[in-house]
Amino acid sequence: MTFSKSAAGPADVANNQQSSTVNKHRRDWRGWKFMGPFAVAFLLVFIIPIIYAIYISFFEKRMVGGTVFAGLSNYKRLFADGHFWSSVGRVSAFTLIQAPLCLFLAALLALAIDSMRLHGTKFFRISTFLPYAVPAVVSTLIWGFMYGAKYGLVGSFNSWTGLHLDLLASNILLVSIGNIVTWEYTGYNMLIFYSSLSTIPHSLYEAAAIDGASEWQIVRRIKMPELRGSLAITVIFSIIGSFQLFNEPSIMQNMVPGNTITSYYTPNMYAYSLSFAGNQSNYAAALAIVMAVITMAIAYAVQLNSLKEQMK
Amino acid sequence: MTSDILDESPSAIRARERRRAKRVARDERAERKRAAKNGFSNPANPRRSMTLTLVTGIFALYCLFPFAYLIINATKTQPDFTSTFGLWFGHTFALWDNITTVFTYEDGIFGRWLLNTLLYVVVGAGGATVLAIMGGYALAKFTFPGRKAVFAVVLGSISVPGIALAVPQFLLFAKMGLTNTPWAMILPSLISPFGLYLMWIFSEQAVPTELLEAARVDGAGEFRTFLTISLPLLAPGIVTTALFAIVATWNNYFLPLIMLKDANWYPLTIGLNQWKNQANTAGGHAIQNLVITGSLITVIPLMIAFLILQRYWQSGLAAGAVKE
Repeated sequence: MTFSKSAAGPADVANNQQSSTVNKHRRDWRGWKFMGPFAVAFLLVFIIPIIYAIYISFFEKRMVGGTVFAGLSNYKRLFADGHFWSSVGRVSAFTLIQAPLCLFLAALLALAIDSMRLHGTKFFRISTFLPYAVPAVVSTLIWGFMYGAKYGLVGSFNSWTGLHLDLLASNILLVSIGNIVTWEYTGYNMLIFYSSLSTIPHSLYEAAAIDGASEWQIVRRIKMPELRGSLAITVIFSIIGSFQLFNEPSIMQNMVPGNTITSYYTPNMYAYSLSFAGNQSNYAAALAIVMAVITMAIAYAVQLNSLKEQMK
Repeated sequence: MTSDILDESPSAIRARERRRAKRVARDERAERKRAAKNGFSNPANPRRSMTLTLVTGIFALYCLFPFAYLIINATKTQPDFTSTFGLWFGHTFALWDNITTVFTYEDGIFGRWLLNTLLYVVVGAGGATVLAIMGGYALAKFTFPGRKAVFAVVLGSISVPGIALAVPQFLLFAKMGLTNTPWAMILPSLISPFGLYLMWIFSEQAVPTELLEAARVDGAGEFRTFLTISLPLLAPGIVTTALFAIVATWNNYFLPLIMLKDANWYPLTIGLNQWKNQANTAGGHAIQNLVITGSLITVIPLMIAFLILQRYWQSGLAAGAVKE
């Protein structure tokens, strides 16, 4: 076995995969020295809780006799639970509209920033990303105050125009929440798109330009295919994120008049109120597992397979 | 088995690696300059566009004006907050008063929340970064038994919703007597699947395997090789992983909400929300000016971190994207 002439050349990056599997035939446990700590922590806070949740979902608390084995009765009850399905419907509608919109905006933004045709590229890159660093609590508070019809910006707008706009009314509230989530995550998704665009070698653009490609053709034939790769990861994160919707509606609950945001507004809020206010943690565990299965199934169906291929 | 590289000491190899990186960077800079001069920075249409800048500017405005709202309203007194226009200053400039009141209200509990948050970030996000660095390095540079299984399990875990974990985590922690202690916040923060993914890809690209082989031949132990050779090469990836772990921990709301009941252990996020809710409780008076000023104080440290470390995390992310 011989090494290439210098310690590291550009070609070595491609060779890494090969040379790291040189010792394939010998059982090589050295990696576990480094993998071990992560694996132990992962077992403790990920694997064991999931197994525990599956276990307790087969039990229920009875008035007489305490906690007893109940088979699938929690799951049967869940499938007939109107509150649960209404919350699933709500987050599904939310995901269907908010996620594509947010990703579309993010991709446009990434293309604009990557086009090098903007004055102040750096400013745009950092300023559109900043909302990601704001805690959900703070962004919901700011937007919630601004939405307020009494002393918020919407209130000022109404008194100028004589309109009676109410962004916190029950029929439009989900859109208002969608706006907060879009504000928080567009920059983050933009950055993932932008990072993958920035890996395209410039010589490719030069070659395309020499061949007479227009800017639109470069976007269409070179940049869009590159974006498709990072689309997998952003789509999965967006789906998981919006199915777990909790922070924004739960923080807004008492900024919104009346009982518009119920305790079963989203599946997460329902599980929270079941286990912490309702003392029905076994039922909540069943709910959590069903939600996990639904989310994973959708994520898999949409993109996970292509992600796996890239990870090989 | 002829190779001159095996005769060199790791330090000489490192020095050469540094020189090479410098040379590459210099070449790239020259290349960019040349490209810009030839009008090839964007070959099809090299001129900057005012229209595109304006359209993107509208979106940037959307991203930034809530910050303006936050800063402007942090300078208002409570009566001004409810009576004057949201995007302009009030009658009195009360920013310093507000900041003092935030830190003295309820015996200075806000300072306590700030320290709690720092504790959770340093131990939780710091630990998460260390675990992700080592795990990612192992996945990239070693073929160990069970590597594929680790891979599949971590990949699958990305799509497990937080709530599916949080409820059983709470029940288990309650059994062990860990709820209402800092551990309830720190232990779950230690795992960052995204960080692991990032460090794995980054290690694969940034650490030449030949360098590790050379160090091994020289008799350096795995940990020494890791500390002296690999870690310095991984710096941009580490900054990126650390920043994202810090954001996740600093901004976490759900976990402390279920784990902590004692206000003395609250992080900033839960504390602020409690102040906001005070207006709705019977007899409680509204302190929105404090909520807004407290929010501003909560946001500023992360903003500064992102701005200062821009160069590192952007190159770290770019490297992470190569794989995609």
